[in-house]
Amino acid sequence: MMTVADIVKALNLKVFSGAGGLDREVSGGYVSDLLSDVMGKADAGQVWITLQTHKNVMAIASLKDLAAVILVSGYKPAENTAEQSEEENIPILGTDKSAFEVTGELYTLIK
Amino acid sequence: MEHHEFNIEGGDFTRAGYASSQVKKMLKQMGVDVAIIKRTVVAAYEAEVNVVAHAYSGAMYVDINREEVKIELRDQGPGIEDIEQAMQEGYSTASSAVREMGFGAGMGLSNMKKNADELHIESELGKGTRVVIRMQLNATTGD
Repeated sequence: MMTVADIVKALNLKVFSGAGGLDREVSGGYVSDLLSDVMGKADAGQVWITLQTHKNVMAIASLKDLAAVILVSGYKPAENTAEQSEEENIPILGTDKSAFEVTGELYTLIK
Repeated sequence: MEHHEFNIEGGDFTRAGYASSQVKKMLKQMGVDVAIIKRTVVAAYEAEVNVVAHAYSGAMYVDINREEVKIELRDQGPGIEDIEQAMQEGYSTASSAVREMGFGAGMGLSNMKKNADELHIESELGKGTRVVIRMQLNATTGD
């Protein structure tokens, strides 16, 4: 199975925080900016692709045991978001690409 | 039977999810089945966020033993005018600021209903809301 580190390398992603969790295994992905949608539909081990940058992103990533978060379109995590990512060892990654582009690349990589 | 209480501050989104994460830890320690933990976490989180997003203040009261967890949320807040309407997916009274954060999609209560073994909601306009979530646990350890 692929790890978060494999995805970072293959998709040339930035690692903003939570590098301690780069060895997490990735089971799939989920794309949404609606938090209740992610809460209800995402599953453990998935990578969450979003433009939301506030701390609640990490609350959900942690509660759902997600593998990592990818922020799209050049968004950066808020300071307290990055802090919680460090504490939880759930990486926050970044790309300048749009959600559409990075999702397509990730899907091709792990399908 | 263990009892735990967590205060929830209305409007303080930086702490939203804390009480639910404590519940998740307890269930994991008790060796509760992963699928049951997942459902409990979804229901508890949505209920917790509702207090943060809509109420002035509130608390989560957790009563837990190896058979069952009861998660009760009581808040002081505006209350829910029409619970049946609020249960409909897509219906929300959240502010635009809250929606911009990705909350308030009108999926919270239906997430709670889908995931809770039992869900009870009662509300008084201008006073507040009481939500009770019950989950059967069948835990392997704990008391």
